[in-house]
Amino acid sequence: MQLAVLMGFVLAASSPLLNRWFGHRASTVLALYPAMMAAWLISQAPSVLNDGPLLLEWQWVPSLGISLTFMLDGLSLLFGLLITVIGTCVLIYAGGYLKGHVDIARFHIALLAFMVSMLGLVLADGLLTLFVFWELTSITSYLLIGFNHTDIEARKSARQGLFVTVAGGLALMAGLVLLGVASGSWSLAEIGQMESDLREHALYTPMLICLLLGAFTKSAQFPFHFWLPNAMAAPTPVSAYLHSATMVKAGIYLLARLQPELGGTALWVGILSVVGATTMLTGAFLAIQHTNIKKLLAYSTIMALGTLTMLVGIGTDYAMTAFVTFLLGHSMYKGALFMVAGILDHETGTKDVTAMGGLRQQMPITAAIALIAALSLAGVPPLFGFIGKELMLEAVFGADGFRALLILFAFVSAILTIAVAAIIALRPFYGHRHETPKTPHEAPVSMLLGPGLLVVGSLSLGLFPAMLGGDALLTAAATAVSGQPLAVSLSLWHGINAALITSVVSLGLGFLLFKRWDSVRAKLSVLAPVMRHGPEAGYESLMNGVVRFSEWQTHLLQNGYMRNYILVMLLVLIALISNSILLRHSPQIAFVLDIRFHEIIVVGTMVMGALFATISRSRLGAVVSVGIMGFSIALIFILFSAPDLGITQLLVETLTVILLVLVLFRLPRFSSLSTSLERIRDGVVAAMMGVLVFLLIMTAWSIDQFETISAYMVENSAPLAHGRNIVNVILVDYRALDTLGEMFVLALAAIGVIAMLKLRHDNGGDSKANDGEKNSIKEPYDG
Amino acid sequence: MVKSGTIILNTAARFLMPLQLMFSVFLLLRGHDEPGGGFIAGLVAAGAFTLYLFAFGVSATKEVLRMLDPRDLIGVGLLLGMVSVVPAWFMGQPFLTAQWWTIPVIDFKASTPLIFDVGVYLAVLGSVMGMVMALMEVDKDEP
Repeated sequence: MQLAVLMGFVLAASSPLLNRWFGHRASTVLALYPAMMAAWLISQAPSVLNDGPLLLEWQWVPSLGISLTFMLDGLSLLFGLLITVIGTCVLIYAGGYLKGHVDIARFHIALLAFMVSMLGLVLADGLLTLFVFWELTSITSYLLIGFNHTDIEARKSARQGLFVTVAGGLALMAGLVLLGVASGSWSLAEIGQMESDLREHALYTPMLICLLLGAFTKSAQFPFHFWLPNAMAAPTPVSAYLHSATMVKAGIYLLARLQPELGGTALWVGILSVVGATTMLTGAFLAIQHTNIKKLLAYSTIMALGTLTMLVGIGTDYAMTAFVTFLLGHSMYKGALFMVAGILDHETGTKDVTAMGGLRQQMPITAAIALIAALSLAGVPPLFGFIGKELMLEAVFGADGFRALLILFAFVSAILTIAVAAIIALRPFYGHRHETPKTPHEAPVSMLLGPGLLVVGSLSLGLFPAMLGGDALLTAAATAVSGQPLAVSLSLWHGINAALITSVVSLGLGFLLFKRWDSVRAKLSVLAPVMRHGPEAGYESLMNGVVRFSEWQTHLLQNGYMRNYILVMLLVLIALISNSILLRHSPQIAFVLDIRFHEIIVVGTMVMGALFATISRSRLGAVVSVGIMGFSIALIFILFSAPDLGITQLLVETLTVILLVLVLFRLPRFSSLSTSLERIRDGVVAAMMGVLVFLLIMTAWSIDQFETISAYMVENSAPLAHGRNIVNVILVDYRALDTLGEMFVLALAAIGVIAMLKLRHDNGGDSKANDGEKNSIKEPYDG
Repeated sequence: MVKSGTIILNTAARFLMPLQLMFSVFLLLRGHDEPGGGFIAGLVAAGAFTLYLFAFGVSATKEVLRMLDPRDLIGVGLLLGMVSVVPAWFMGQPFLTAQWWTIPVIDFKASTPLIFDVGVYLAVLGSVMGMVMALMEVDKDEP
């Protein structure tokens, strides 16, 4: 199974080829992958539903306790099915939406890679594996939001989404590490079965806050919600898939996953229900101020995400049932609505709902799909959305804490959501016919298939909740979220109760609001100046602050003068060494004056070379005298029988001289730039450095704290590593990983040198090109 | 400016370069038992090409290297370094565990450390040559 999931990455990489072979049918061919994964998940469903979680073990880095083990329980099954089924719909839809786009292969790569990462995220059992997949979804989301990379807004939005989610990802990593430390296990399945209660652990509060930061940023909870509407710069299939049905639910998934272990405390209930309810209200309130259909849907998604967080926070059995039902319902109708929005945009050329009207005639099927999906969003029977909303309201009425607040927020949000649903379903399709940039006609079959399937799902699950094992799946999922067995039995009719009355009242009020939408929007625009000081403004000023700070410190530290760099580096080194050797330990000097005559000559040559290099007024002379020093060092290596080091030193020295000579040709005439005061300063720094290094070496040489490992190397080099040259054995075998790292450093340095020289030569003297480059570097932050 | 060399340098370089290259391969292969190894051998090979470069200039050296761009050598070297990691996985051992095979007829010890060392050799050769040639080309392009 792990292999099947990881094969998705290979498939993603090969999608350019598939696009060449299958042309515009490539999307449909690629859709076979999620379809097959969905089939596999369904085939596993009976055993998961009857016998409990399924563990598929695969060790990855056993020494660090990292495994690629997958855990399939009710919750991951529900999420996995959402990801694969909606993924199939979205891929087929994208084939129609992006037909003929030059970069469709790039789109497929990122979308498939995202799909695989998301599947990995919900299936992962290891905490660190979960984190890796989590970050992969952030990165693929970044690539997909910025898909239209020539558009500055798209780039800016992509970056914003990335910064917010990755900043949260950092917090999440800290949280997961704390969780691993506190529980002593890196496996979710093991943590789930543990006896000890993590809620009483000393690390509970910091751990919870870190984990919540990760979940809230990913799932666009207030006050991090602002990135989601901006992410609508992505092509619509992406919005339908990532930013409504799956990725933004990753945070919700995490909360649900941890609910049995961490939930139920006052802190958990307080934060989750209040933040969730606030997000719910904020999303619904901001939604009705927008006329852009994608923004409308985005804010309504924020509202749904807030609802889900709130339900996890409430934590009663009822809330758990409501959670899984609402989750399933929302993914179906919101995915369909986004695809409808894409169809409208594609066929009419505008995203503004006020610019559309009367499209019912031209696009009857789209209108029908929109109507059913919107009714589900509004929570009108007999659609599945109704069941979800009823359960949600009942859960809110049964909440333990903050009940009045939650009821108020849920009621107002319900009214606003109904207005949003009415706007989307009625505004474009009924009323007067408006002139649109393109002449609209019905969308192709490929674009109707996906949303059509989803609304059929909404309708049939609403009418027959027990059909197709819907009850069983949700029972397993709710059980996983609550941590104890729950029986979910859904039905349309719950009897006349508070939830139903609230529903009916909000339905009426919502429709009223829809009727007066234009005037309400005009009145709300008074609030625009206040809105400008929202969390997004905070994000902007933070980012600008970061840019200003980095400019300041770059000017200070990276001013382009080699002498300053060296001075700073040496001073830091001096500070560190002297702190350690003079203040914290005392230097040890045990002099043994056992010096041979030839040694004095070699060392004397070195000293002379060094001295001459500092006072020489000829560059060539300085290079040569530095070279003399180098060769003397090589001589010392050879005297102390280290031939490998000696040879290396000789060769490096030779090439250094060659490189220096090549560079020297390019320098201006020798001139004395420093004042005598500066020279005294440099002399003092150099002397301090010399004395400190001398003390360090003497101390290291005098104290004998550890047994050296050279004996081990000498003994085992031939028998274990089949080599008699210990230096080489260390380089390529014992410490091969270090060498590999050094190879990369060397390669990077070389590429850096080549790039700088080539760039300089390509742009040489062309100040315009240089300006352009400067602007393109600055633009991302200003733009 | 670096000018093409004298007759003595040209003649010497023409004969020394193949010798140095052969010597570098010799150093590379014997490195596991005697002084030598990929790093040293790479430097010697780079020295060989640099000598040729000084004698005959950049374009002549590029011809000798044919399609081997130094930058590609860096890439191939890094790739070999990474590839040498893989066999251990198939043997079910941790990352980078050395694998040894003896090729029977010529009694040659083939191993992943050798592949790794060849990678080091190429990466060092490519890096040094890349830098030297880039520097030389800057000289050439200046009026």
